[in-house]
Amino acid sequence: MKTYGHIITMGIQNTLVYRVNFFCRAFFNLIPLFATMALWRAIYAGKPAEVAGYTLAQMLSYYLLVTIVEASTSVTEDDWQIAADIKDGAIGQFLIRPMDYLHYRLCLFFSGRAVYVLAALVPVGVFVLWQREFLVPPVNATALVVFLISLVFSAVLQFFLSYLIAMLAFWVLEISSFTFILLACERLASGQMFPLDILPHWLAQAMMWTPFPYGTFFPVSIYLGKVTGVALAQGFLLQSFWVVALYAAARLVWQRGLRSYTVVGG
Amino acid sequence: MTPQPSTTSEPLRLRRYAGLYGSLWRTAVVREMSFQANFILWLFVELLWFALQLGFNAVIYQHTDSIGDWTKWQVVMLIGASHFIQQLFQALLLTNCAQLSDLVHTGRMDFLLLFPVNTRFLVSARFVDLGGFIGAASGLAVMIYAAAQLHLTPTVAQIAGFGLLCLVSVLIHYSLMFLMATISFWTVRAQGLVMAYYNLFSIARIPDVAFRGATRVLFTLVIPMLLVASVPVKVLGAKLASPAEIFLLLAMGGACFLVSSLVWHVALRRYASASS
Repeated sequence: MKTYGHIITMGIQNTLVYRVNFFCRAFFNLIPLFATMALWRAIYAGKPAEVAGYTLAQMLSYYLLVTIVEASTSVTEDDWQIAADIKDGAIGQFLIRPMDYLHYRLCLFFSGRAVYVLAALVPVGVFVLWQREFLVPPVNATALVVFLISLVFSAVLQFFLSYLIAMLAFWVLEISSFTFILLACERLASGQMFPLDILPHWLAQAMMWTPFPYGTFFPVSIYLGKVTGVALAQGFLLQSFWVVALYAAARLVWQRGLRSYTVVGG
Repeated sequence: MTPQPSTTSEPLRLRRYAGLYGSLWRTAVVREMSFQANFILWLFVELLWFALQLGFNAVIYQHTDSIGDWTKWQVVMLIGASHFIQQLFQALLLTNCAQLSDLVHTGRMDFLLLFPVNTRFLVSARFVDLGGFIGAASGLAVMIYAAAQLHLTPTVAQIAGFGLLCLVSVLIHYSLMFLMATISFWTVRAQGLVMAYYNLFSIARIPDVAFRGATRVLFTLVIPMLLVASVPVKVLGAKLASPAEIFLLLAMGGACFLVSSLVWHVALRRYASASS
């Protein structure tokens, strides 16, 4: 446990190098967000008060919350770094040390998130404050607590997905195209583009069986009070299922990858 | 700082550059063909993201009939045009702009400065990304389909106008991206440049009516995102509020290019090499 504490501290120190990069990234991410919010405002301008059960304030809140969830949970540099570790043989040292590479990366992911949240605090914070009239408060205190818990699950889930894609570096030269495919799936199916329940019911239901909605849509829905009671319990069950399943898959693929892996030099 | 052969005449110079550009193209084809699987995979990625934008539009129009005065198929045309312009820019110039920062930090810029060719030309046109042309074709195909849905029959003049304005838009894309890349002469690293570019130009796909007040002015007269795809589409669909919109796009194209040139020259003068 102490070792992992050290890794997290070390990770924070190393990731601080990226602080300007993270700041810019968080800032430029606000541009499409602002554009999408402007688009919805224009749609509501000529419409009745609700679109698919969302008032304008709820819809805009949805996007603000997606931004907050994204800033605190999504993977930024980890997948590239893992792929690079595999490519240049840096994982070799983990094969002879009593330390698990996946746990090591998970610690670094958390340090990365901590630094990112700090760097993004100013641009995202200012933006949310500017748009604060559209941010509805959580429906109740329980919803806020449950939202925060599901946020941790969502972070781990997204990390395992990216870890799996990075594992492709065992077999292919370049993983960036695969990373962008995963990113596209996440944009759509995790509800970053729009709330999934404005889709036709059957389509939204089908998507809820994939791991993606549990990255963004599920936590945001908890905050907005859109999932409660049995649906909430069921959602948590599926979220936990995906975390465990992806962890198992990550382990399996790692083992498979090592079988065909050769480290040259030291 | 920019070495230029002084004795060659204008037509000869043009021929020399055309020849040079031809050989850059040949190497591009050879390079792409040596990584065929990767090439096809990237085509798929581009198509996927394009489909995602169209999908988003389809979902939105499930819940509304129009955004301001923009109907569903007009927005599809806008998304198609935006993709067409962006992919054209990507094919010809984007990779080069993205690599400028690397050239500066590794000191490889030194070698490019030594060539007896205009440095900006060399820096901007070294690589051609052939996949971009296929992407551009997909944008055009979507536009044609949307035009058919709208029962549009544009005249030859409208089509020519569209084509010319698209070139001006590519110039704006290039000038802004080049400007952002030039800033890497000063900053330590211009990481995430391409991501920033995609985020910024995502505004071009949104109907201009969604923006009001200060942001409308910002994205029209400072960073002309609301003109680059919108004006060419309006010309094609006879949707122009006034011909002034065309002149505005032309003027902004000139202004952006001028600013990027100015900053480029200042940056070159400051360049002190990273090597040795």
